[in-house]
Amino acid sequence: MEKVLKKVDIIFENGDDYNPMAILENELSRPGDEIILDLIDSGLKGRGGAGFLTGLKWKFTRNEDNDVKYVICNADEGEPGTFKDREILDTVPEKVLVGMAICSHAIGAKEGYIYLRGEYNFLLKKLQHKIDEFNRAIEERGMDFKIYLRSGSGAYVCGEESALFESMEGYRGEPRNKPPYPTVSGYNNKPTVINNVETLVYVTMISKLGPEKFKELGTKDSRGSKVFSVSGDTPIPGIYELELGMLLGQFVDEFADGDAKAVQVGGASGNCVPRKKFADTIIGFEGIPTGGSMMIFNSTRSMYNVLHDYLEFFTEESCGQCTPCRVGCQQLLKGIEAVKRGEKPPAYLDDLKKLTATMKIAAKCGLGQSVSNPFNSIVDNFREEIIY
Amino acid sequence: MTNTDLLVKDLVHQHGKKRNSLMAVLQGVVKEERFLSEDALIAVAREFDLSAADVYGTASFYTFLDTIPRGKNIIRVCKTITCHMKGKDEVLLALENMLKVKAGETTHDRKFTLLTANCLGWCHKGPVMLVNDEVYPELTPQKAIEIIEEYSRH
Repeated sequence: MEKVLKKVDIIFENGDDYNPMAILENELSRPGDEIILDLIDSGLKGRGGAGFLTGLKWKFTRNEDNDVKYVICNADEGEPGTFKDREILDTVPEKVLVGMAICSHAIGAKEGYIYLRGEYNFLLKKLQHKIDEFNRAIEERGMDFKIYLRSGSGAYVCGEESALFESMEGYRGEPRNKPPYPTVSGYNNKPTVINNVETLVYVTMISKLGPEKFKELGTKDSRGSKVFSVSGDTPIPGIYELELGMLLGQFVDEFADGDAKAVQVGGASGNCVPRKKFADTIIGFEGIPTGGSMMIFNSTRSMYNVLHDYLEFFTEESCGQCTPCRVGCQQLLKGIEAVKRGEKPPAYLDDLKKLTATMKIAAKCGLGQSVSNPFNSIVDNFREEIIY
Repeated sequence: MTNTDLLVKDLVHQHGKKRNSLMAVLQGVVKEERFLSEDALIAVAREFDLSAADVYGTASFYTFLDTIPRGKNIIRVCKTITCHMKGKDEVLLALENMLKVKAGETTHDRKFTLLTANCLGWCHKGPVMLVNDEVYPELTPQKAIEIIEEYSRH
């Protein structure tokens, strides 16, 4: 059965019947495990890209026996092509705060943090004001929970959850070994739920709509809707909330300029889908999962330049801690440059693909592991553009 | 006591002495002094009872925690793919010509430092630059120059 592209308006909706504090009030009157069961039932998966079941994450943290637990909102979106969380924090911040408070009630946390990337410092003042208001409101209500704002300092890798904890603790933002996972040992080595901005907003909206309503949207593997950030060769760049499970072809029909030759799905670390695969690529966990970034390239673009830009990005943003990523990214970059200059034969690209296979297994975190996605998909589908 | 020492003491008083406050203190110094001088790093290390190498090692990890002198205004032009596609090269070139510096350098009067940045999160409105914490999307070379001229008046 073919899904049709459907625009929805859940997150940015501001109807008369919408009152974030009323949603919170209602959730506070329910037992935490009931809220979590509903969340699991809704099928909401984390909107950062990895797609872990949000309710399950909460359940694990709730089940930890510890007096101190944390809720952290990951607002360190730094993936090229992704800008949805900025828009959400700018336009509907109270929905994020309510999501955090619902989480604190469900898992038993007394402190929450928003880790905002340094590039979004222009939001600090407004957001702090919102947080102060919110903290006052829930304190008056007798809720023992407080939200604090932390700001990053320009390091992409800090979007990785354990690197984010390191940064919050005052260290270099280098990812930790896993396990233990944050649900067991996160910020300050305490059980921590860390969700991205969009996930927390959906928590609030699922609380309002109920899991059934949310489940009506999307597919079996990809429930609900999601926010997409559309950029590149499109006449209508911007932010759109769409139902999950659409075909990439439908997306291209709606958003591209009629000349799209590739779409990079899921930001720089995602997959590049060529035109011939548009018609049968599903956007969702059963096809290509995405944190929401869609970069469209038309036939005037050199895919060598695109890959070169991505590799430069990863080379500069690699934290440098593990060799596969630190050295691997540099070698990939040097490698495609050498092929382009004719210093290496085209077959060298296959050697580089073996290197990405190693990085996928051996790199410590998602940054190094996922470089293989753009590399292999661009090299495989646009090989001649890399060589000539 | 130097001004830097006083600033660090004040920030530590504000944020606390625990290591969790280190980033906030370093960010506070950068906000006031535009970069982390050797003196500032040593003062922070003393307050937190850490080695200066540890503090430097942490600071140098982050792009926004500069450890070399910066101008009064820091310009960061986004260089990632979609801004690239929309003409960030032309914007950067215009700014380089105007300020008579290359990307990465500071003007002689110390008013501006021109840098490039990895994705500022405005991919739909590129090219974009940050001046200090202010965002300027949908730039043209002309627009970028006018914005910087405005800054150079103050």
